[in-house]
Amino acid sequence: MTNKEILSGNEAFARGAHEAGVRVASAYPGTPSTEILENIVRYPEIDASWAPNEKVALEVAIGASFGGGRALACMKHVGVNVAADPLFTLSYTGVGGGLALIVADDPEMHSSQDEQDSRNYARFAKVPMLEPADSQECLDFTRLAFELSEQFDTPVMLRSCTRISHGKSIVQPGEPVSGLPEPKLVKNPAKLVMLPGNARVRHPLVEERTVKLSQYGDTAAINSMELRSTEIGIICAGVTWQYVREALPEASTLKLGMVWPLPEKLIRDFAAKIKRLFVVEELDPFIEEQVKAMGIAVTGKEIISRCGELSPGRIREAFSKIGLAEAIHELPLQQTMSLPPRPPNMCPGCPHRGVFYELNRLKAYVTGDIGCYTLGFMPPLNAMDTCVCMGASISNASGIVRVLPPEEQRKVVAVIGDSTFLHTGINSLMEMAWNKSPATVIILDNRITAMTGRQENPASGFTLNSDVAPEVNIPELCRTLGIRYVQVLDPYDLEATHAALQEEMNRPEPSVLITNRPCCLIKGADRFEKGAVLEVDQGNCTGCKACLRIGCPAIEWKPDSENKKGKAFIDANLCTGCTVCQQLCKFNAIGRKK
Amino acid sequence: MSSAITNILLVGVGGQGILLASEILSEAFMLAGYDVKKSEIHGMSQRGGSVVSHVRFGTQVFSPVVPEGEGDIMFGFELLETSRYLSLLRPGATVVVNDFKILPPAVLLGQAVYPEGLADSIRTAFPDTLLVDGQRLAIEAGDLRAANTALLGAVSKRLAITDDIWRQALEKMVPRKALEINLMAFQMGRDLKG
Repeated sequence: MTNKEILSGNEAFARGAHEAGVRVASAYPGTPSTEILENIVRYPEIDASWAPNEKVALEVAIGASFGGGRALACMKHVGVNVAADPLFTLSYTGVGGGLALIVADDPEMHSSQDEQDSRNYARFAKVPMLEPADSQECLDFTRLAFELSEQFDTPVMLRSCTRISHGKSIVQPGEPVSGLPEPKLVKNPAKLVMLPGNARVRHPLVEERTVKLSQYGDTAAINSMELRSTEIGIICAGVTWQYVREALPEASTLKLGMVWPLPEKLIRDFAAKIKRLFVVEELDPFIEEQVKAMGIAVTGKEIISRCGELSPGRIREAFSKIGLAEAIHELPLQQTMSLPPRPPNMCPGCPHRGVFYELNRLKAYVTGDIGCYTLGFMPPLNAMDTCVCMGASISNASGIVRVLPPEEQRKVVAVIGDSTFLHTGINSLMEMAWNKSPATVIILDNRITAMTGRQENPASGFTLNSDVAPEVNIPELCRTLGIRYVQVLDPYDLEATHAALQEEMNRPEPSVLITNRPCCLIKGADRFEKGAVLEVDQGNCTGCKACLRIGCPAIEWKPDSENKKGKAFIDANLCTGCTVCQQLCKFNAIGRKK
Repeated sequence: MSSAITNILLVGVGGQGILLASEILSEAFMLAGYDVKKSEIHGMSQRGGSVVSHVRFGTQVFSPVVPEGEGDIMFGFELLETSRYLSLLRPGATVVVNDFKILPPAVLLGQAVYPEGLADSIRTAFPDTLLVDGQRLAIEAGDLRAANTALLGAVSKRLAITDDIWRQALEKMVPRKALEINLMAFQMGRDLKG
């Protein structure tokens, strides 16, 4: 037997996919789900690849499933919004080989724009959802998901969250399954062509399937009743079960491994055995409302917040307020000093920095998008005005100019990264060209999907497995979509960036500027090359602070000894020699380090 | 506080190597036969932001996150970040902190000052505080990049884990090329008085 290992939830999902005999895995990166696919590459029998977006990822998995292979798609919670269209129809068609969709939620929004609760999708799309509580369950439930998928002819969702995906715990790996049928083409158009006539046949089967899955849940081992004190009983699932066990060790628990559909009989049995019933769950009152609909008295969101993460402390506090837990002792140290915050920042040498500096100078109204460059919002750059979702920058710009007078239309600039443009920006640019919206688009092409940890994309020239791949030609693509004015520019050249922006902003028709410097965190041939490190000539520096306006972490301003004007200093360990600060200095105080 | 569980918090700035240090700790606890859980945030917070990693071990660990006010040991990679998270500790907790500053954006811009005397205020709140010059130890060991391992050595003295197990954990987690220097840096931290 394989030795125990400490695995993150994401590593354990990958291991589970390997043990379950998955043939194809597809995903678009998104925190906290990204590492699932990055870890699947260690199992060479799995055909694993990045897709341009989550809809495509799920459709690739669906195809593999229709061909008879077990297939996996992974995404973050907001990715399911993009993949929702195929998901809902897949619920009707059912599967060939088993299909699992892992979705990683982000309560507390550690790295997301909202904290939507994916359990609602399981109910909405009428597909079962399993929720593991630690890494061992990530592995075990992934295996189970494929069995249930084939047994009940349904896709199965697995719900993770930041604390499960990025938490580590001890796992006992198992042996891979054997004897799965070989994939082959099997024609069954009445089941897989969802014309209305066929879909009308499938829908009642979907409803029956939900009833059967609920009955399965009444006796399945993944839903477990643990009776301790019968004074308090708590229904919970996933990582919340861990918090409850820690905060209220005496309470009885009904731990749900399957959060949709719910096991009604089991819930009734549990409720009958205890005096006061609670549901403790993060985000929406998803379980609570259903238990209430069963006519069972239960307390939930009256004491537990709908917002943010839970923790043992937050649960204990909630129960102490109603006299059911000891009050939390005073924290030993109240922070008396106010400490300067440390928000995330663009890296030294980031090619986005100069672009945002110039956008700020030109007083542009910037419709933003999802990526590292969303940090262009932060001071001192202060150059982002909207950010809605992947791909929205371009279509938002296209819409906003239609209600503005011409002098204001000129100020509107959309910024979007290469990976985000290829994800869902292409359709938006097609719309902008087609309908002649006079806005300017900047594609910040840094040749990688940077924010999630540097994943390849269709324009980066490599696949997930680092194989050389065809590159999307972004300038040609823009021209093909109908954009007449497409310019490639060097974002380290401030004067050229300023001139190009001014020219395109003044042009009363759509235009695209594409920056051409790679992310400074990617290394290798044809990728980022560090320039000559710069230093400040202290004799020439007048302390004017012009170089501070780009907010580079390598530049520090220190007050001088008489505490008058002070001077700038460059940290040679951080400087990448991008020269943007040098171009801002009017006193020739910044030059190559001697 | 559940006395059967030891709660360790690793705090610092994204990019300082906190995740690797917490991996080595977790590996050592598993090799020593404990249940272990660990949790941290990746993604947005990596970009030079503030980072906290939680490592917990004991006979059975439920929550991957250390309950507020129950931290037993803080392993601080940077002075300001160590100060920021002190409220996660229980009274009488141990602090091992790197004598090292990384200036946050507002300080770089001259709009805020990096607070003076942080080491003293940490020690006042938590008398069992060990201030370690991790960078100096690492240079003595032969490579500045081994600073975290030197700090880990200093933390290791507070934990009932044998030399042999620490060695196994380092051998598993540190790249072969850098192993010797890291083992030396670890030992220098472990030998520190205080």
